[in-house]
This record gives sequence, C-alpha cells and structure tokens, in this order.
Amino acid sequence: MDKITVLIVDDSSVMRKIVERSLRQAGIELEKVVEASNGAEALVALQSNVVDLILCDINMPVMDGLEFVRQAATVESAKGIPIVMITTEGSESHVVQALTAGARGYIRKPFTPDQVKEHVLPVLGKKQ
Amino acid sequence: MNTDTSLVTRSHEENWLPILELAVEEVFEIMVGCRVKVAAPSEHKPNEEFTAMVGLAGALCGILTVCCDAKTAGEAAKRMLGDTADSQEQVADALGEICNMIAGNFKNKLAGTDGQCMLSVPTVISGGEYSFHSLAEGTSVETVMLFEGAPIAVRLQLES
Repeated sequence: MDKITVLIVDDSSVMRKIVERSLRQAGIELEKVVEASNGAEALVALQSNVVDLILCDINMPVMDGLEFVRQAATVESAKGIPIVMITTEGSESHVVQALTAGARGYIRKPFTPDQVKEHVLPVLGKKQ
Repeated sequence: MNTDTSLVTRSHEENWLPILELAVEEVFEIMVGCRVKVAAPSEHKPNEEFTAMVGLAGALCGILTVCCDAKTAGEAAKRMLGDTADSQEQVADALGEICNMIAGNFKNKLAGTDGQCMLSVPTVISGGEYSFHSLAEGTSVETVMLFEGAPIAVRLQLES
C-alpha cells in the first residue's frame, strides 16, 4: 500500500496520538500526519495540505465534527477525501447525520486497531 | 418539546451500576490496555488529586466524574500513550478522554437514549482542594475500580 497523508481532527492531543498509533498498528503506512483540534482548524489545514484521509471526532469546541463534514463537502480541495468519524457518540442518529453529511465511515470510541483497519481500508479502496 | 422522562424515572441505581462498571472495564481494557476490578467503595477511597468530568444533557441530564490520585492518572496516561506522557497537561488530557469514553460508552449501552443525550467536552481539575456542587441532585451511581491496585472512583449524578 502507498504511504498516505492523514488529517486527524480531535480536541484531545492524547487521542490524536492514539489514532495515529492505531493507524500504524493497522498496517497503514503514513507519509505525513496533519493534526487539528477542531473543525475550523481542520478546514484551514486543508488549504495548505493535500491529504488522503481524514479521521474526525464529533464533540469538539469551536466547530464540531458534523459541521466540519458539512463544510468540507463545499470546499473544492476537500472533495473526494474520505472522512471517517471516530467518536464517543454512538447513537444511530449521529451515525445517520454523519453519513448523510458525507462521512464514509464511523468508528465508536473505545476502539481497537482492528476496528480502525476494518473501517479505514475500505474507504481507501484497499482490501483487508 | 420532548417531555418524556420515562427513561430516567424507570431506571434505578441497582440496574445502572453494572452498566457503568462494564463501560469502565471496556474503556480501560481497550484504550488503556489494562483490566480493572470492582472494589468496595467503603474500603478504597482514592486521593482525589485529579478529577475529570463530562456533562450529560437531554434524556440523561447530569455529570459523570472520574477521580484518582496523581500517580494513578499518570500511570493511566503512560499506558495510553506509551512512555511519552510526561507533562501534567497530557495526564489531564488522558484522564479527560477516559472520562469522555466512559460517559459515551455508558450512554450507548442504555436503551432509549438514541440521539437524545449529548455529552459536553471533558473538563479536568488537578488538585483536591475544591468543593463539588452539582445541580443534578437525583439518582447517583458510584463505583470504585482498582487499576494496578490503585482506586479510581467513577460517579454518575443525574437529575431526577
């Protein structure tokens, strides 16, 4: 698999590191990791980085993950980049909102590296 | 406006406690990489040097807190991050995330909260010299879990 650049959006720096580690443990090779602590920062990051994958929390200050997904859908440079939500919000209504807004996958916290692999590889067009 | 409070009124401390304990066990096993065991609250009272809290609003309205001493919080952060958890900020961040995941895992296990219960972002207090007053004076569920032999108290206070 080619190395990828990933944007990890979470207000917790600890969780951003855990998500990065989980991607590596899932066998996904990372060229570059771009971090943002909320949706607004993520939109700014997308202006100066070409990314292959976005992993995004929902509950964040300033701009939450659902609003980020909605706004990213209108940004030319973000179109076509798969977004996978990774969040404690596990209700069906949150899943539906996220997928309707344009997210391609949904991982509930707590999560294992295997679950990350299961949800991320298909959106990257890779077989498990 | 949804005025259905049946979820709260029909729920009791005795049937929420095992759900809360299971939520704690899963978070520690999956994210911290360590099993925790239920302890008797009367025998194990943590020195509350770190307190993480997450608010709940909607069908469940209240607050979930996770309290432990500084050494235990630091050990949990190291387990989550490897040996790179070296600042108090990272320790607080890690404990806040543990609290956040316990709250989310707990509400996801309760039937009837689908989409009707929201979580706040976590807040963490370091230092034990404070008084805690919650306006959510109703149902209270508390458990103490042993992590590496050290107590961690998890309390859920809900508005009746």
